[in-house]
Amino acid sequence: MQARRILNKLFYMLVTIFCVLVFNFVLFRLLPGDIITRLERTTKVSEEALKNLAAYYGLDGTLWQQFTGYFGKLARFDLGVSYTYSKSVWSVIASRLMPTVMLLGISEIIAVALGTLFGVVAAWKRGRAVDTGLLSFSLVIYSMPTFWLCMMLILVFCTKLGWFPSMGMYTTGRIFSSTWTYVRDVSHHMALPIVCMSLGMTGEYCVTMRSTMMDVLSEDYITTARAKGFREGYVLRRHAMPNAMLPMVTLVFMNLGFVIAGAVQLETMFAWPGLGMLTYTAIDNRDYTLLQGIFLFTTVSTILANFVADVVYGLIDPRIKN
Amino acid sequence: MRDFIAYLFGKGRGRSVRAQMRRMRGREFLSRVYRNKTAFAGSVIVLVFALVALIGQSVVRFDLGVTGQTGAERWLPPSAAHWLGTDHLGRDLFGFLVAGAGVSMLVGAVATAISMVIGTVVGVVSGYFGKWIDVLLMRLTDFMLCIPWLPLCMVLAAILGSSLVNIILVIGLTGWAGSARLVRAQTLSVKEMAYVERTVSIGAKSGHIMIKHILPNVFPVVFANTVLSAAAAISTETTLSFLGLGDTSRPSWGMILYYANATSAVAKGAWWYFLPAGVCVVLVVLGLTLMSYAFDEILNPRLKER
Amino acid sequence: MEAQTKLLDVKGLRAYFRMGKGALRAVDGVDFGLDYGEALGIVGESGCGKTTSALSICRMLPREGYIAGGEIFVEGIDYARLSDDEIRAHRWKDVSIIFQGAMNAMNPVKRVGFQIAEAIELHEGADRKAAMNRAGDLLELVEIPRDRLSRYPHEFSGGMKQRAMIAMALACGAKLVIGDEPTTALDVMIQAQILDLLERLRRERRMGLILITHDLSILGETCDRIAVMYAGKIVETGTVRDVFDRAAHPYTRRLISCFPRIGGEKVVPEGIDGFPPNLIDPPRGCRFHPRCLEARAACREIEPQTRRLSATHSVACHLAEVKS
Repeated sequence: MQARRILNKLFYMLVTIFCVLVFNFVLFRLLPGDIITRLERTTKVSEEALKNLAAYYGLDGTLWQQFTGYFGKLARFDLGVSYTYSKSVWSVIASRLMPTVMLLGISEIIAVALGTLFGVVAAWKRGRAVDTGLLSFSLVIYSMPTFWLCMMLILVFCTKLGWFPSMGMYTTGRIFSSTWTYVRDVSHHMALPIVCMSLGMTGEYCVTMRSTMMDVLSEDYITTARAKGFREGYVLRRHAMPNAMLPMVTLVFMNLGFVIAGAVQLETMFAWPGLGMLTYTAIDNRDYTLLQGIFLFTTVSTILANFVADVVYGLIDPRIKN
Repeated sequence: MRDFIAYLFGKGRGRSVRAQMRRMRGREFLSRVYRNKTAFAGSVIVLVFALVALIGQSVVRFDLGVTGQTGAERWLPPSAAHWLGTDHLGRDLFGFLVAGAGVSMLVGAVATAISMVIGTVVGVVSGYFGKWIDVLLMRLTDFMLCIPWLPLCMVLAAILGSSLVNIILVIGLTGWAGSARLVRAQTLSVKEMAYVERTVSIGAKSGHIMIKHILPNVFPVVFANTVLSAAAAISTETTLSFLGLGDTSRPSWGMILYYANATSAVAKGAWWYFLPAGVCVVLVVLGLTLMSYAFDEILNPRLKER
Repeated sequence: MEAQTKLLDVKGLRAYFRMGKGALRAVDGVDFGLDYGEALGIVGESGCGKTTSALSICRMLPREGYIAGGEIFVEGIDYARLSDDEIRAHRWKDVSIIFQGAMNAMNPVKRVGFQIAEAIELHEGADRKAAMNRAGDLLELVEIPRDRLSRYPHEFSGGMKQRAMIAMALACGAKLVIGDEPTTALDVMIQAQILDLLERLRRERRMGLILITHDLSILGETCDRIAVMYAGKIVETGTVRDVFDRAAHPYTRRLISCFPRIGGEKVVPEGIDGFPPNLIDPPRGCRFHPRCLEARAACREIEPQTRRLSATHSVACHLAEVKS
């Protein structure tokens, strides 16, 4: 029963991925100004060289040939060659993956922890000063564009106070005497971006958790638990939380698509060498092969995350488990 | 269409009982908004900005092309002459802000209209007809939701070019999926209502049912969601402009921030360049969000019982 | 004659709700009581204050609610005066509530066994194994197989859920059990089963049972005495026979006439015109007078006091005085 449900979702996920791949192909064929046409116009390159380049970037042949060639290459994880970096797209993405994962991972953990805590407290003390305060704080942060929050933080902590560096993942040109000093340097650089990213996410999780918690606390089984003589803390922990966390788990996974948008802004502001910054660079340089690869990667990741969210939810909600 | 505009403004034309009821609901709704502090505060903020957007430019003249004549006029902090200082080219930032209000709010409004129309149509049709239409439309919706919105918008903006119209289209065409889901859920529950079944059984046509019966009942959800969508649209426009994909020939809040970033205003400590624009965005988005939450409470009485 | 402490003795209970416009007087001065092994039915329209009265016994009012006055003696202890910690010790151990099981009264993500056992662990300090054992016994008592302990509420049928709720309510050996509409939303056959079960348990354990309902017909079979509530006040109290055969209050009479009888002549139920009154600003005098067909001048001005019509029967109505 459970297995059948998972297989169903798996099939659906594969179909979606296929559609995304097709969409990806179509999208990037529509982009104006690919390298070949630009080179044709600007520099004097021989026909022969152009043909070779076209073959190299997979832009030769009829549309159908390009389409089948595209899928053939995908099967081999060949996403093409980046024009900007003169390396395979896959290797470029791989090299930028770690910084983004580090940043997003740590921020997400902090945000979930804080957001859940704030949301629960706000819902519990509903209507009181704590609730209004937390809610206002969350709503204001939630309303800020991520990059603007970055600007403000940089202004205060980098320009005015000079406590943190505002660019890059580590101090360029510096020789590191040991791994520990390297780690310290990176952490120093990572601090502000993490604060920025987690603030935004905390706001969102707090608002959602508060809303969910308020729904849960109005349910009859909470009254039953109180009628049994349990303290409020126990009722919250053992009866309310398990119910409230269910939608939160789904939300955390499904947030991946939106979190990437935040990453683009954040990394651009802090010159953090991750996928977000890479996206920006790719668009700036009109490096469409790279952009296509990034797009594919992030979209498929989002779909996978949604799938995992579905499966996990099925495992933790007893109403679906059986 | 006329039905729910009448609902919204309470100006039913006919003298029929239904029209009278609609008028009452409109007036009652407005009075409830007035009494609900959150809705009221949010609405006031948004109305103020809307006003500035509409008539601001006739009061405060601003032209992107008119730059400071001498170097001394650049990067000036706020003063009596320039309330918010000047930018890197010596332009008055207060004027820039007011002019930007017009563009940002316009983009927000039109893009929201587009995405809400698409989302509502998809949601109602999908929910009402069910079966393969529902499956198809929902797969499409899920597909749209899977794709990360910022990279998609960036790519589309790169394809279509960065004119104002294109930005509006990009935001509108990518933002309908969430609304579609919500509207479909609401349509499904409305469909179950007994009186819809009755209407079907007396042989009414699908189109008629959808417009006259389902749509008005779906309206509260649509309305609250529209407001929220508008907040998202304005935020998206700001982000896209900031990333350099906006229309450089028009002033907008995002453009101010783009220039601020491009000229390293942050490193220079020129807070007057980027602080006000951001604050405006925050205020408008906040106002709209508050309105949306509060409208949800007012129009969905269940919530009030708690 | 020895003075035996009554199980429950509520005097002058007033329970209000804080609303923006003023205090909503949900329960405005009610007296009722119960002896060991007795069953009292409280009946009335929605919003008349019956659930609030019962919940007040254990101080289970929602956030906006508070006890504005009166005394609630359970086995001689005034619950109204206890601190929060003290009342928690009494909850479920001395007074327990059977909620409407068909609804979400059980936590959907926790196993049924856990939900029964946790109360036992709390009040008797038992360990998990012992508590689960007892829980299994309780389930068997209400005719549910023991293996259902490890199941979740959504795996139970409506009737089974209600029986599980009863088992849960008996977990700590409460002497006073309050059933809040325990048979609403169940079909008639299951209803009968549940009522039979409650009857049996009541006699076996000498439990005091308060049955709250808007359905008068149920009370005829299960209860010894009935209290009729209207707009936050008890308008009539008596044995089942008193209320059914000799109803003294106009409201009670109309209520009874709403339930058609099987035997006798065919009478179409009339219903009662009007709506329950606003409890923030209730009507002067008798609260029922706006809807009462027999209202006199006195009814509109003076609030009727409760008069005894017999040893068991009392009513709060000006007209009843006239008759007696």
